[in-house]
Order: sequence, then structure tokens, then C-alpha cells
Amino acid sequence: MAHFKVNGVSRSFDGDPEMPLLWYLRDILGLTGTKFGCGMALCGACTVLENGKAIRSCNKQVGTVTGEITTIEGISAHGPHAVQKAWAEVNVPQCGYCQTGQIMQAVSLLAAKPHPSDEDIDEGMAGNICRCGTYQRIRAAIKTAAAKETA
Amino acid sequence: MITIENVSRRNFLQGMLSAGAFVLCVRTNPLLANAVRSGTANAGALAAPWDPSLDTTAFHPGVYLGIQTDGTVFIVAHRTEMGNGVRTSLPRILADELDADWSRVQVIQGDGDERYGSQDTDGSHSVREFFDTMREAGATARLMLVRAAAQQWGVPEEQCMADPAHVVTHKASSRSLGYGELATLAAKLPVPKKEEVKLKSPEQWRYIGKPAPGYDVTDVCAGKAQFGMDVRVDGMLYAAVAHPPVLGGKVKGVDDSATLKVKGVQKTVSIDPFTPPHAFQPLGGVAVIADNTWSAFKGRKQLKVDWDNGANAAYTSSEYKKQLQETARQPGRVVHSAGDPDAEFAKGGKIVEAEYFAPHLAHASMEPPVAVADVRGDKVTVWSPTQNPQGVQEEVAKALGLKKENVTCHVTFLGGGFGRKSKPDYAVEAAVLSKKMGKPVKVVWSREDDIQFDYYHSVAAMYLKAALDDSGRPRAWLQRSVFPPIGSTFDKTAVYGGAGEMSMGWNVVPFEVPNFRSENGQAVAHVRIGWLRSVANIYHAFAVQSFANELAVAAGQDSYDYLIALMGSARTLEGTQPPEQSQKYPYETARLKHVAELAAAKANWGKKKSGNGWGMGIAVHRSFLTYVATVVEAEVDSSGTVRIPHVYTAVDAGIVANPEMVRSQFEGAAVFGTSIARTGEITATNGVIDQSNFHNYQVARMNDAPVHVDVQIVESTVPPAGVGEPGVPPFVPALCNAIYAATGKRVRELPLTRNGFA
Repeated sequence: MAHFKVNGVSRSFDGDPEMPLLWYLRDILGLTGTKFGCGMALCGACTVLENGKAIRSCNKQVGTVTGEITTIEGISAHGPHAVQKAWAEVNVPQCGYCQTGQIMQAVSLLAAKPHPSDEDIDEGMAGNICRCGTYQRIRAAIKTAAAKETA
Repeated sequence: MITIENVSRRNFLQGMLSAGAFVLCVRTNPLLANAVRSGTANAGALAAPWDPSLDTTAFHPGVYLGIQTDGTVFIVAHRTEMGNGVRTSLPRILADELDADWSRVQVIQGDGDERYGSQDTDGSHSVREFFDTMREAGATARLMLVRAAAQQWGVPEEQCMADPAHVVTHKASSRSLGYGELATLAAKLPVPKKEEVKLKSPEQWRYIGKPAPGYDVTDVCAGKAQFGMDVRVDGMLYAAVAHPPVLGGKVKGVDDSATLKVKGVQKTVSIDPFTPPHAFQPLGGVAVIADNTWSAFKGRKQLKVDWDNGANAAYTSSEYKKQLQETARQPGRVVHSAGDPDAEFAKGGKIVEAEYFAPHLAHASMEPPVAVADVRGDKVTVWSPTQNPQGVQEEVAKALGLKKENVTCHVTFLGGGFGRKSKPDYAVEAAVLSKKMGKPVKVVWSREDDIQFDYYHSVAAMYLKAALDDSGRPRAWLQRSVFPPIGSTFDKTAVYGGAGEMSMGWNVVPFEVPNFRSENGQAVAHVRIGWLRSVANIYHAFAVQSFANELAVAAGQDSYDYLIALMGSARTLEGTQPPEQSQKYPYETARLKHVAELAAAKANWGKKKSGNGWGMGIAVHRSFLTYVATVVEAEVDSSGTVRIPHVYTAVDAGIVANPEMVRSQFEGAAVFGTSIARTGEITATNGVIDQSNFHNYQVARMNDAPVHVDVQIVESTVPPAGVGEPGVPPFVPALCNAIYAATGKRVRELPLTRNGFA
């Protein structure tokens, strides 16, 4: 049986240990803010944090989760996170489906690099696809969030 | 013709409003509804002259608003939100005329209901089709609130005014009443006559034309917006479907023993194959029913199905391509002609010929197709990310032998649509399975399902020929396109492009050419063909705008100067669209020229010399009634890697409801165009699609998308046109022209990866 924390709550799961964390979060816990996009860790829609670092939940078997998982619901629990505020300020989303994954990736990036360069952002975010094409605004929102953190 | 009725005592906004709330229903019958949507309405027919059946379809769009006694204004979004911003732009048009306080507006998503009129959110229609309707609805409600106040106070209504604070005031007596306080009284009033209703003048607009962020942006960023993928219904089962790998294939035999051993799998259920034409019917196959999505996916992997692949197993795209190209070299059906190009060609002189090719594309919206259906007796409830909720009602009803009124379709947010989600086949799958299981069923398509069983954007081969005069200008122009038409989805005999497809950048060109002929050759479809963001404009603009650039090169002239000269004198083009459409939206070459000038000026065109791996390209195109010019700057290194530092787009879309959304759409269109140009290619071997996920159907990412997209919006007073799609068509040829300027290598076949570029 797997034991871990999701958004601060202790969880255990005795179902199929091969079930990807993504489907555990979505179908078992009902945390649907984390999205399914490809199932092969190619698009980043399913990005969550494991001990503060971005991972793809679609190819992470729930049986191998040991640390603390944070989802988009977790960072929104006490009102919008600085990154979410920046996203709204820049009006990033179009359809919005990929944006929760983008935001989690950006949170992870900013934790590692509080003042990312354009190259850092490109590299850090290249695994997250936005089919609507909001990349320019994502880049701007990350810079906005970085600037606010400093202020 | 717009009619408005007071429906406060009926129950359109079930449960949303208290007794005494004021509800208006507005109906209109626009002439132009869906006129250029696609080739679907007259599959297989050609556009010379325009087929009138496209224009006479009676549409009765309606939109409802309600004012709660606490002053909350409910506005129904009856069109689909998929990143197009329609849940913001349409309600704000109404709120403007109503003088409503935007912070007190609540947007409600409308279910599928023919009382709304067309809800099929495609063809960049929403604002242009409902702009007048929304304004009249708001203005009518405003007048009724004013009348209610005037009655209450016993003063002439001319002395009362609505204002942006959501109140009606009577200045002389310093009295005011809030909209909520007036709602009950307004609800009892007769609807004013149309001539009594005064629309605001554009100078009075507070929301229209002013940038506003998305209504749902906070929910979306918090993961609270409910997409189709997120719907959960009590007692719901999950299904994954093993579709026939080849279109038209059938199940010969199934071994589901390993599947049934997978934890969480309940059973397997067969889905009947479709009866041709496939239209919006499910593809058939075997469904795995399980307790959760993962078990359904895992169980499907274990399924052993013996398929009868049928006739389309003979389809291999590399061979098919040669056929299309061969057809494009032969005379086709004439779509439009002027003068005598053959006579000019016979005179000899400088002749330029070129062939272009653009492959099939998949939509690959980030949210794959998904739907939940709950069939209870003769009633069905569907939750679906759909561009076409009434289509869901109709198709589900047809499949289950019910009346469409018995099908309720709740529309969720869409994780992208791009045209894929106006085809309700996946919702029908859910309904068929729910009926068989006696429980609600959620059908989840994997990314592989999405890429391999799409309604593909069509593959096209094009041939162009021009005879140039001494100044390098074309005195004759011939263009021929060949592609399996969208009509084939609805009519298995359809082999020619429909009127809609021909109107998309092919029947005429916006150039001054005295002798011109456009043609279309036939092609038989072997996969499902559908519309994808900007549809046939993609390949047609690629060919026409690349060819114009080739002529500039042949004439030894700057490509921008040449393009401007080619557009010629200011005039109105005929033969591009139905006459009714031309009345309201004439095709004016001066507007196309103007956006070209704006884009080139912003890009500092001509200031830096092209070559040595750097270049600029330009293309212009009008689609969905909107004029667009795009300049792309490209850098190409010695290994052929293309970087796109800047894109400069200028847009004339008439009156713009929300410039912020327009900007977003055109920024996104450049990225969508990048995906098409760089890597967009769907191929097939023995009827099976070769691509399956984002590793072999790559789309643009942050590190290869245009770095900066600049969008200029022309200020205008003419009726609004479309904005969701028109940004896509000129991008691809502008990029290819930039690559030519940078490297001297001409891209005549998409994608770039076929040309040694990456």
C-alpha cells in the first residue's frame, strides 16, 4: 500500500500500484485541476509538485510516490498564489486547459531560479505545450511574478 | 429582423432567478448565418455561381438575459468557450448597452437549445453574428428599466436616465432606483417597439472596443473551471474504446480474457460500425468499461481484436500524394474565370509555374475528446466539451432513436476545439455505451485516439501558373487545387471542394490580374475529413501567397513592393462570397493593402538586407471577412534550424468587441501557424495513421514558437468580422517567404521538416 501526502493530507492507496498519479488524483481523489494531455510526459498538462519540484503525474506510478504532492488545488488553498496572480494580470489563458500545468511548472522554476532569464524560462517551460499559443504571455507572467517576489 | 419578447414569467433560466426577476428573450434572423462555414451545406457542389442554399437556411438566434431583484445581471453565453474569449466578449456587448456594472454580471453557460439559434461555435461567427442581437437586447432592457422607474415616480421617461452605476436616476428630483429594485416592475412591462429602442453611439461605448481580461481567468488559473475531462457524475463508469485502425474497419473477433483480468475493468462492449457516410457517427469498435480511466486504458491495451480493415487499407499517403499532384497537373473543374488566361499563356513570354503541397493535419487540442452521457429511459443527459451542443442533441437522438428534445446537452469549458469539437461522434459513443450499461458513462479518448481518429484537415496539392508582362506583373494567372473535400464526410460520392472551401482563398485572388482562372480537381477521401482552424484557407493562402512571392523574385522586385502593386487599385472584389454577404461585408482590396502597409511599417520592412540566414517575409489574406497581413522575421542557422524572433501582424476585423481577446487570438494564431509550418504532418500506411502522440506529431513549444508577436488592430466603424481563425492562413506563407529571403530555398511542400529545416 502506498502512503504519501497530497496537499498536506495523508493518503494511502491500495488499488493498482501501476495507476499513474494523475488518474489517482483525478478519478480517485477528484482533484481535477491536474489535467490529462498525453499520458507520455510529453505535454506537461499533468504537472504537479513532488517535494516542491515539478513532475509529470501521468507517468509517475502512484505506488512509487513517497513524498509530498502539491497540486494546483494545493497552491490555491489560501487564495491565489503569486504565480496565479501574475497569470491573471497578464491575462495568459485562452482555453486554459494546460494552464494549471504551466503554473505548477512556473512555480517550480521560480523556486529554483527566482530571477530566470529568457533562456531559463524557455528551457524550464519547453516541456509544457500550449496549443492555443500563449507562450509569449506565459513568459511575461513569469517575469511579472519574479518581479513581484523581489518587490 | 430582430424580435424581442418579455419572457419573465416563463422559465428559461431555470432555478437561477427569483420570482419577479426580469427576463428578456431576443430573437434574430441573420441573413449570413454560417454562410462560409465550410463545404458541408452543399457537399460536392462548386461555387460558380454561389449556391443559394447556403444563405437561405433559417436561423433564429436568441439570447437571454435576466436581472435578479438583487441587481445581479445574468447573461447566457450560448456559444462555446474554447479560448476564443466568447464568454467575455458577447456578454460585454450586451452589458454595455444595458449600462450594467460588469462586476455585477454573471455569465451562465447555455445548454444546447435551438431557441438560442446557432450555437455551433466555428467559422469565427460569434461576435459578427450576435453583435447586433446583444446590443438590442441590452438597449431594450435598459429602456424597460427606465420606463419602470418613470412609472414608479410618475415622471416622463425622457427625464430618467440609466447610468453605469447600475441605477436609473431622475435628476430633477434627485431620485434613483437600482436595477434590482426595478426588475420586478420592468418584468411586467410590454417590450418597446424596435423604433423606440436607442442604441448607443460608438462614442458612448464603455465596454465595446475596450480591452478586458477573460471573465473566467481566475477560475481557470485555480483549476476550478470545469472542462469536459473534469465532469464527474454519481455512479459513473469509465470507457476507453478500441477503434478500428482503418476508417470503415469492422471487428471480426475479440479476445478480452486478459482485459477482464485487469483490476477495475468491468466488461467489454461492442459498438456497431457506422453506416456510410460516417458523418458524426461513432467509428465503432470495442469499448472497455471500467471503474476509472486508468483501468479502462490498461484494459484496452490487453484487448486482442481481429479487425477486418476494409477498402481503406489500400490507402498509403505517399502514393496518394502522387495522385493528388498528378491530378493538379491536369485541367479541373472551373471555379471562377475572367478573361482568357490560356490565350495569354499561348503568347509565350515569361511564364512561371509552381506546385505546392500541404499534408493532412490533426487538431490535437490539449483536451482530447471526452463526454459523459446518462441515458435514463427515453431521456439523455450529456456533458461534453462541444462546439456544437445542438449537434450533440441531434446525433445522440438519431443514434438512440429518440427525439432531440429528449437530449439535454450541458456544455463544459473546452480544452481547445479548433473545429474538432464541433463533431459530436465522441458524445454519441458515450450515449450508446450508457444505454448499454444502464449507467452514466464517461468516454475518454487518449492522445493516441485523438491523433489517430481525427477528422483531419485536408491534404492538398496545388498548381499555379502565371504569364508576366515586361514590368513583371502577371497578365494571366491559373490556379488549381486538389484535396479530398469536407463534403466527403457527409456524402461518400463527394470528390470536389464545396462552395465554402472554394470561398476560402481560392475562387478569386485579391490581385489585379486581367486573365484569371481558378480550378478544382477531384480527390477521393480515405480518412475522415473535417474543418480545422481556418480550414481550406491554410493551404490556399500557402500556395497563393508563396506564388506571389515567387513572382516578385522572378520580376526581380522587392516582395513587399511587388505585393502592394499586385493588389492594385482600390476596388471591391466580386465572386468571393455570396451576394448577401457582399452587401454587408464587401471585399475591399484597399483594406487588405492597408494592413499590409501597417505590418510592413511596424516591421521596418526593407531597413535590413535579407540573406545570410536572416530574412523577412510577408503575406496577406482575407478570411472570415477579416483582413490580415503578417510579416515574419526568420533566422536560419547553418544546420537549418529556424528561429522566429518577431512576427508583426495587422488586422482589420471591423469593429472589435474586445481588443484584448483579438490580440490573444492573433498571438495564438502565429503559434498555431508555427506548428503547421514546422512539423504539421499526418501520414498513413495501409490505412493506419502513422502518428500517435506529441513525439511524432509535434506542435510548437515555447522554445521554438515565435518569440514576440506584435498585433496591430485597425480602428474601424464597419460591422465586426471574425477573429478566431484569420490569423492562421497568412502566417505559414509569410514564414516560408522569410525563409526564402534568408536562405534562397523555396518551401513548396509543408512541413519545413520535409525541406531540411527544423
